[in-house]
Amino acid sequence: MIENRPWVTFLSHAVLILGVAIIAFPIWITFVAATHDSVRMVQVPLPLLPGDQFFNNLKIALGEGIEGAGGRPAGMMLLNSLVMALSIAIGKIVISLLSAFAIVYFRFPFRMGFFWLIFITLMLPVEVRILPTFEVVANLGMLNTYAGLSIPLIASATATFMFRQVFLTIPDELLEAARIDGAGPMRFFIDILVPMSRTNIAALFVILFIYGWNQYLWPLLVTTDGDMYTVVMGIKQMLEAAEQAPEWNIIMMTTMLAMLPPVVVVVFMQKLFVKGLTETEK
Amino acid sequence: MLKRVHFEPSILPFLLVAPQIVITVVFFIWPASQALYQSVLVEDAFGLSTEFVYFDNFIELAGDEHYLGAFSRTALFSFLVAFLAMAFALILAVMADRVIKGGTTYRTLLIWPYAVAPVVAGALWVFMFDPTLGLITYALTGLGVDWNHKLNGPQAMTLVIIAAAWKQVAYNFLFFLAGMQAIPKSLIEAAAIDGAGPARRFWTIVFPLISPTTFFLLVINIVYAFFETFGIVHAVTQGGPAKATEILVYKVYNDGFIGLDLGGSAAQSVILMLIVITLTVIQFRYIEKKVEY
Repeated sequence: MIENRPWVTFLSHAVLILGVAIIAFPIWITFVAATHDSVRMVQVPLPLLPGDQFFNNLKIALGEGIEGAGGRPAGMMLLNSLVMALSIAIGKIVISLLSAFAIVYFRFPFRMGFFWLIFITLMLPVEVRILPTFEVVANLGMLNTYAGLSIPLIASATATFMFRQVFLTIPDELLEAARIDGAGPMRFFIDILVPMSRTNIAALFVILFIYGWNQYLWPLLVTTDGDMYTVVMGIKQMLEAAEQAPEWNIIMMTTMLAMLPPVVVVVFMQKLFVKGLTETEK
Repeated sequence: MLKRVHFEPSILPFLLVAPQIVITVVFFIWPASQALYQSVLVEDAFGLSTEFVYFDNFIELAGDEHYLGAFSRTALFSFLVAFLAMAFALILAVMADRVIKGGTTYRTLLIWPYAVAPVVAGALWVFMFDPTLGLITYALTGLGVDWNHKLNGPQAMTLVIIAAAWKQVAYNFLFFLAGMQAIPKSLIEAAAIDGAGPARRFWTIVFPLISPTTFFLLVINIVYAFFETFGIVHAVTQGGPAKATEILVYKVYNDGFIGLDLGGSAAQSVILMLIVITLTVIQFRYIEKKVEY
């Protein structure tokens, strides 16, 4: 507190509360829509206060889905999303840890060449190379598989850079000590490097889980089989079906289910989330 | 960047980088070079024959009014998304930096939209603005505004911009707040002792000192608006009505997967790659610049 100006403090709170209200308004509307039955959801004006159909809608969304959208239950799609998000997050962390370790702790031919090769991926987001990447995945027979959903997304320059940065701050004496004690490279990696970077790993995991869960364009291209749809894609299918017969209560319930896991991760692991966000952007 | 103390050369480091290098080559380098290669070819409609056409695909794009339209539309779109998301976030961050009680609570309540997928954000907003049922449409009708983003191009664009900016506020807010909290309190106190009020202190001290953050966020927001808003456009408008919301990324997808114009789509991909490379270089060159105190 620099000085006491009650009026300015009051204004600050007012602006913040207004901001929170604007940000949260769409979610409130979504929640309300998910608690009414489909008859109420076609009457203008739509309700502003919750109804009593929450659990009924939850049951329909999880177990049955919407007829017009192929009737795919959200339960299945949530599982697909979870598998994809976890594979991407864990895969990225593992391969980045390994390559950062090699680049920082070994002298070997083409070391800088490999480093630049990894760096280039930073400049090739999936959106700009969708068609040829799709062809590669199709030729490898990876359409409609979890591998096809996750592997093309797990090469990551940012994670490798972050671990490189972390490893560079670890004192050299640790390696000397480990070597005197007779530890080989992998022993040093597993017993010293990985435990020392565990908060960074956790922070990165939070960011990557959200990244993986929210993938949309890629799953849209590589899955044609309804059993492999992710929940984020499923929302789009339902919106298309809504053009004919809107069942907004079920759509909005599914939307809530699709948002819930990443939002829960952000809210409850806020410290790690903020750390991960600021460190990967360095 | 190599440790002073390091391991002896062996086969091990190659094995360690192998997974990442293999994935990078197979799913990044190879497809990207394919895009480069296809961008100088023309393929007939059945995929039976291809012809090498030098830079014809690019020249065609440069003369294609749909492409140029998409280009200027994307520029306007990213500018407005970046401006809106940053301005809103800055105001909130200034206020959150001031308050002592409840700061963490406000932060929690403001950052979660970061976790919402773009297509889900699109679904939220399209529901509120639904031409027949939407709550906001209803309110707008009461005010005498006739809202139908399925028919009205500018309204469709407005909706996509709002949805895209809404999602990005969280990210900007976090970085602005962190930037402000890194400013030494003594500077602000000195100015206050000299009689500068809150507004003057903001414009003469805080705003100049967070300028690296602002610049960094500007680049990030433009990248976001260029590449990560595909889901929002796809869910809200599908590029319509009459291409009013067709941004570049959407056009690559549409021409390549729906229109099956491989050469044209590849040429567009190559242009997008150049844009990403430029933005990345800018980000790396200027971000590290420190401000003089």
